[in-house]
Amino acid sequence: MLSWAPFLTILLVAGPVLAGLIFTGLPALDVMPSLGRTHPSLAGFIVLFHMPGFVTALRLTLVTGVGAALLSFALAVAFSAEALTRPSWRWLTRLQTPILASPHSAIALGFAFLIAPSGWIVRLLSPWATGWTLPPGDLVTLRDPWGLAMVLGLTLKETPYLVLMIISASAQVPARSLMAAAGALGDPLAVAWIKVVFPSVYRQVRLPMLAVLAFSLSVVDMPLILAPGNPPPLAVLAVRWLTNYDLSMYVPAAAAAMLIMLIVLASGALWWVAEWPVAWLARVWVERGGPNPLLDMILWSAARLAVVLGAAAFAGGTGQALWSVARLWPFPDARPVAFTLATWTGQAQHSLGTIAVTVAVAGAVVGSALVLSLACLEHMQRQRGRLGLGMQALVFAPLLVPQIAFLFGMQVLLVRLHLDGTLIAVAWSHLIFVLPYVLLSLSDPFLALDPRYAASGAALGAGRARVFFALKLPLLIRPIAVAAAVGFAVSFAQYLPTLFAGAGRIATLTTEAVTLSSGGDRRIIGVLAMLQAALPLAAYGLALGAPFLLFRRRGGMRP
Amino acid sequence: MIRRRDFFTGLALSVGVLPVPAWAQSADWEFIEARARGQSVYFNAWGGDPQTNAFLDWIAGETKARHGIDLVHVKLTDTAEAVTRVLAEKAAGRSTGGSVDLVWINGPNFVAMKDQGLLSAPFATDLPNWRYVDKRKPSNLIDFTIPVNGLESPWRIAQVVFVYDEARTPLAGLPKTASAMLDWAEAHRGRLTHPNARNFLGATFLKQALVGLVPDRDILQQAATDATFQTAAAALWSWYDALRPHLWHDGRDFPETGATLLQLFADGEIDTAISFNPAEAANGIANGTLAKSARVHVLDGGTIGNTSFVAIPYDAAHRDGAMVIANLLLAPEVQARAQDPAVLGSFTVLDLAALDPTQRAMFQKVDDRAGMPTNAQLGAPLLEPHPSWMTRITGEWERRTSQ
Repeated sequence: MLSWAPFLTILLVAGPVLAGLIFTGLPALDVMPSLGRTHPSLAGFIVLFHMPGFVTALRLTLVTGVGAALLSFALAVAFSAEALTRPSWRWLTRLQTPILASPHSAIALGFAFLIAPSGWIVRLLSPWATGWTLPPGDLVTLRDPWGLAMVLGLTLKETPYLVLMIISASAQVPARSLMAAAGALGDPLAVAWIKVVFPSVYRQVRLPMLAVLAFSLSVVDMPLILAPGNPPPLAVLAVRWLTNYDLSMYVPAAAAAMLIMLIVLASGALWWVAEWPVAWLARVWVERGGPNPLLDMILWSAARLAVVLGAAAFAGGTGQALWSVARLWPFPDARPVAFTLATWTGQAQHSLGTIAVTVAVAGAVVGSALVLSLACLEHMQRQRGRLGLGMQALVFAPLLVPQIAFLFGMQVLLVRLHLDGTLIAVAWSHLIFVLPYVLLSLSDPFLALDPRYAASGAALGAGRARVFFALKLPLLIRPIAVAAAVGFAVSFAQYLPTLFAGAGRIATLTTEAVTLSSGGDRRIIGVLAMLQAALPLAAYGLALGAPFLLFRRRGGMRP
Repeated sequence: MIRRRDFFTGLALSVGVLPVPAWAQSADWEFIEARARGQSVYFNAWGGDPQTNAFLDWIAGETKARHGIDLVHVKLTDTAEAVTRVLAEKAAGRSTGGSVDLVWINGPNFVAMKDQGLLSAPFATDLPNWRYVDKRKPSNLIDFTIPVNGLESPWRIAQVVFVYDEARTPLAGLPKTASAMLDWAEAHRGRLTHPNARNFLGATFLKQALVGLVPDRDILQQAATDATFQTAAAALWSWYDALRPHLWHDGRDFPETGATLLQLFADGEIDTAISFNPAEAANGIANGTLAKSARVHVLDGGTIGNTSFVAIPYDAAHRDGAMVIANLLLAPEVQARAQDPAVLGSFTVLDLAALDPTQRAMFQKVDDRAGMPTNAQLGAPLLEPHPSWMTRITGEWERRTSQ
C-alpha cells in the first residue's frame, strides 16, 4: 500500500528537475519553437564564449565555487576534529545555529558591511589608528578581482553546515572506542580523530559536500554583493541574461546555465575520482605511523580560522542589528550617532502579511515533506532495503543540479500547467529543495531505530500501521522535529524558486529582503535580516522544545 | 465566463479607440469602473524604494476605498523582470489571463514591450484625468523619442541631478560639466563612480555625458546608425577612457544599482552621485539615510529628464482595474500628494493651468525642506536620446570595460 510513496516522491521532486532541464537544455541548443527556432545549433554557446570577459567570468566561477567548497570542507573537518576531541570546544558547535538559520544573502550583506573600506572594521580603527576621516579609496576589500571576499563569504556560511553533517555522522560510528585505541598510540587527539574516526564518517559527508560544491558554483545572490560584477561569475551572468527583455539573450543564458551544470558535474566527478588516490595515500600515511607535527599545526590553525570566520558572521549580524535601530550612522563613527525604532515599526506593518505567507508555505511544504519521507522510509524498511542509489540520485538531484539550470525550465512547465503565480506552485518549488534535506536528516535515525521495538509491538499483536503510529513516530519525535526545523529553514531561504514559481506575485520574507536590498537602505535590510534569522531560529527552538512539551507525561521519553 | 468578459473588454476597447462624443466616453468609463470593482490588480513596480512602496500602499488603500479594487504591488528588483514575464507568457501562447495587469515602465522597457507587441491597445487618452496632463511637456507624450500614442500613461517626472554633501565638498569645488568632471576626477582619485552601465542609471550617466560632449545634439533624437554612433560616440569614449582609471576601484568595478551608488556616497566612499530623483537629498535627509548637509545640483547646460509611465500588457487579466488605477494616479489630489517632499517629492505630470484654483492650491505648498531644489535650479530638462543610443552605449561600454 505504501509503494506509491517512492514513486510520488520522485515524480514531485525529480519530475520538475528533469522537465526543467529539458526546457532549459533545448533553448541552450537554440531550439525555441514558440519563437520559430527549430534547428538545433551551438549559436548560444558561441555567443557565450565570445562574450567580452567570458574567461574572467569562468575563472571567477571556478575560483570562488571550487575554492569556497574546498576551504569550507577543510575548515569543517579541522573544526570538527578539535570540537569533538576537546570538551572545552563543545559550546562552539551550539553557536552555529544562528549562522545555519540566516539566509545566504543576509550573511553576505553582514559580512560586506564588516569588511568594506567604509565598513565596521575600518570604522572601529578610524580615525584614531588609521588617520582616515574618509574611507580609503585605494583599498579593495570587497568585490576584489579574484573573488576572495566571495570565497570567504561562502565559506562562512557553508562551514557550519558541513560541521553539522560531520558531527551528526560521527555520532553513528563507535567514535569513543576508536579514539581510545588511537589515543593510546600517542597522537594528539585531533590528529587521532582524523586518522581513525574521519574515514568512517566521510562516506556520509560526501553527499553534503557535493551539494556545497554544486551550490557554490551556481549561487546567485551572494556574488551580487561580494564578487566583482564586470564580468560577474557565470551564474549571475545567466540570470542577468535570462531576465533581459531581449529574448534572444535567452539562448546564451540557457547555454551558460548548461555550462555551469557541466562544470558542476565535472568537478563532482573529479572529486569522486580523487577519493581513490587520496584514500590510498592516506592509508599509506596512517600505516606508516609516527608523529605528524605539520598536520597537527595545520589542524590547529584551520580550526581557529573557522572560529574567526564564525565570529565574523556574528559580528556581521551584530552590525545589521545595530543598523536596524540606527537613525544615522555615518563614517567613521564606530556606532550609530542616533537610534530609532521607526524602521522596526515601519516595517512591522508591511511584514506581518509576508511573514504569514512565508510560514504558511513552509508549513505546507514541511508537512508534505515529512509525510512523503516517512512513507518512503517505512516502505523501504518493510521491503528490508535502504534507499537505492537510483532513488538517491533522483531525490537528491535538486541539491546536485544547479538551480538556474532547471528553474527557468520549470517555470515553463508551471505556465503550461496554468499553475504559475499560485501558492501551490511556490510550495511545490520549495518542496523540491526541502524534501531532500528532510529525507537526509530523517533516514539515518529512522533506519537506526532498534528493530526490537517494532518486534515487541508486533508480538503484542499490533498491526504494522499501529506499530508505525504508536511506536515508531513517538520514538522518532526528536529527529522528526529536527528534520522539520531544517525543512522550515530551507523553505524560508528560497529566493529564486519563489520568484520564478510565484511569478513575482507571491512575496516571502526572503524575496522581500532581496527586493529591498536593491534599494540599499541598510536599516531596512537590517530589520529584514533579523526577521529572516528569527523565523528559522524559532523553528529550531520549537524543534528542541517540542519533545519536552509532547512528553510531559512520559518521563522515559524526555531527551 | 472568461470568454464573455473578454468579449465585453474587446467591445469596450473598440468603442474607446474610436472618436466618440464625450458623453459616450463617460458612460463608457462608468462601465469600466463598474466592471473593475472587485478585481485584484497586479501592479508590477520596482520595489527597492521604501518611499515609493509606502506611496503605493497608500494608493492601494485609496483604490480599495474609492473603487473596490484590490491593488497588489508586485515588487520588482528590476523592471525587466515584468517584461520578461509577459514575454514568457506570449512565448507560451497565452493571450488572456496574464499575470501582469499594470507595469511601471519607461524608455527602453517601453520600446521593448511595444516592439514585441506586448502592449495591445491604447488606453491613456481614454482616461478621464488625461485632460489634466501637461501636453506641452514633450516627455509626457514622447518616451525616449518614441511617441507614446496612449499605450502608457504618465505618473511622475524624473530629472538627472548630482547629489553632494555641502559640508564635505562645497558646490564651488565640484565639476559643472562633463569635461570639468575629468579634471576633477584626476585631482580626486577614486571619489567618483557611476552604476554599472547595464543599470538604467548607469547608462544615464553616460548619456548625460554624451549630451554634453556631442557637437550636434539633434542627431541623438534619431535612431543611431553605425555612422552617427561612431562620430558622436568618439567624443564620449575618448572622454570616458581618460576618466575611467580615476574612478572608484580604479574604474574596474562599478556599483550594481543607483541605490548601491547612493550607499557609497552616504558611507563617504565617493563625493558625488548621480540620481534621477530631484528630491533625493531632501528625501535622504528626511528619512535619515543622508547627512543634513546633502544637496543636489544639475550640470551647466542642463540635465536629461523623462517621465515615468504605467502601461497595461496585451494579456492583462484585469485591464479595467488597471485603467482605473492609471486614472487615479493622474488625479490632482494624488499628484499633489506625490509632489509633497514628505511623501515622494516627485514632480507632477499635470498642467497646473488646466486645474481649478482649489486643485492648484494643493500644489503650491511652500517647500522649505533642506536639500530640495527649486524649479529654477533644475532648469528645463533635456530630451532623452533615442533608445538605440542607450543600447549601443551599454554594449560598447561592456566591451570596453569587461576584464
